[in-house]
Amino acid sequence: MYYDRDPRWKLKVGLAEMLKGGVIMDVTNAEQAKIAEDAGAVAVMALERVPSDIRAQGGVARMANVEVIQKIKETVSIPVMAKCRIGHFAEAQLLQELEVDYIDESEVLTPADEQFHVDKWPYKVPFVCGCRNLGEALRRISEGAAMIRTKGEAGSGNIVEAVRHMRMVMSHIRRLKAMSPEELKAEAQEMKVPVEIVVETAKLGKLPVPNFAAGGIATPADSSLMMQLGAEAVFVGSGIFKSSDPPRRAKAIVEATTHWNDPKAVLDATRPLGDAMEGLEISEIPEEKLLQTR
Amino acid sequence: MSKDTVGILALQGDFEMHRQMFSRLDVRTMLVRIPDDLNHVDRLVIPGGESSTMNLLMKRYNMMQPVIKFASDRPVWGTCAGLILLAAKIDDPQIQPLGLIDISASRNAYGRQIESFVAEGILRLDGNERAYEMVFIRAPKILSASDSVETLGWYENEITMAKQGRVLVTAFHPELTDDLTIHEYYLGV
Repeated sequence: MYYDRDPRWKLKVGLAEMLKGGVIMDVTNAEQAKIAEDAGAVAVMALERVPSDIRAQGGVARMANVEVIQKIKETVSIPVMAKCRIGHFAEAQLLQELEVDYIDESEVLTPADEQFHVDKWPYKVPFVCGCRNLGEALRRISEGAAMIRTKGEAGSGNIVEAVRHMRMVMSHIRRLKAMSPEELKAEAQEMKVPVEIVVETAKLGKLPVPNFAAGGIATPADSSLMMQLGAEAVFVGSGIFKSSDPPRRAKAIVEATTHWNDPKAVLDATRPLGDAMEGLEISEIPEEKLLQTR
Repeated sequence: MSKDTVGILALQGDFEMHRQMFSRLDVRTMLVRIPDDLNHVDRLVIPGGESSTMNLLMKRYNMMQPVIKFASDRPVWGTCAGLILLAAKIDDPQIQPLGLIDISASRNAYGRQIESFVAEGILRLDGNERAYEMVFIRAPKILSASDSVETLGWYENEITMAKQGRVLVTAFHPELTDDLTIHEYYLGV
């Protein structure tokens, strides 16, 4: 199989399995990381600025400051992830040296390479990558990603893009399940991925690695929605630390993710909350400011 | 095989992997998320995941006492994070374990993800030793076990599997392998 080249594949996918049913929270410093851990986050994602600030302030968004990542690692006991720019394999190497637990090769940061993603197979540390559809998901897996998340539209507080991307992936997988071997081969050619990944996906009826949701989750109900659509865990970026009461909102989103299929529990989680972050209508975001198209 | 329904604690973690293993053995499973769910199952598995998160959610949903009561007459098995929660003593003050097996354990004792590993360990389940593939992910170590704890598995000099009465713990993840040995063993506990 395509993953036989990687002796650590089971460990990479395995850690993603451990995070299922949980919430991974974006944090920009150790204080936020502590708030996230105390609220029940299963992991934190270290970055320089949350996506809504990247969107508002513009400029180049890079890997987080090394001292900040160090400090976050010393502060919390849950896994620490960090983002590198798309194709920036030197940032990825630094993150591996820093011994972060997962690397997110992320469209939220300014891409470093317009043609190539990082070749993720040689790394000991696992990678997660974003996708808008099944082709993107399987291409990232064929490059060595051990976890996939939807791209959504980060920093928008608008769930519509994450829903679109999750539905695209799930409905495409459902179509694959009905296909003949020749049709699967043609699909693989179209998506530019090895046929064995397409065959495996069709056979499993799901992505061959854990499939999480990200990009626009701002409320407990948003998280429940994504879980009901087939996400196995969620990432929350600006949604927590751009809300009026981050510790409470963090806790509420954790509760809604655990009990995603129980509307009463999601309602209980939602009751004591202040205001959610402000949301953006996607059509009002200028084309060149969309993060998902990176 | 067993007519029991195995409950799998599903507050967070790799509960689906356990569910798949039991379904390969034709054993019925049920995901456990609230205390009342425990009334409908004969056994309980606490899966791998983040022990601090699971501990927090167990406290938030008043699951601690019901699980302790459950363990008084029904078998409970914890893998990795589950081992931490079942232990008597943990080296991390953040965690308040259930204290159902007389061992002390250390969280993330091998280090971060980059130190996670797969290795051949030894099992002795029926008096005979056999080799077994053990998957350790940010795994805990059993630091000590009282005399009434039966030791069943080792990797190098570390105890990686132990049992006291009806409570079973593994520091590694049998649910991430194809080998059903330990799931079958648990059904006999």
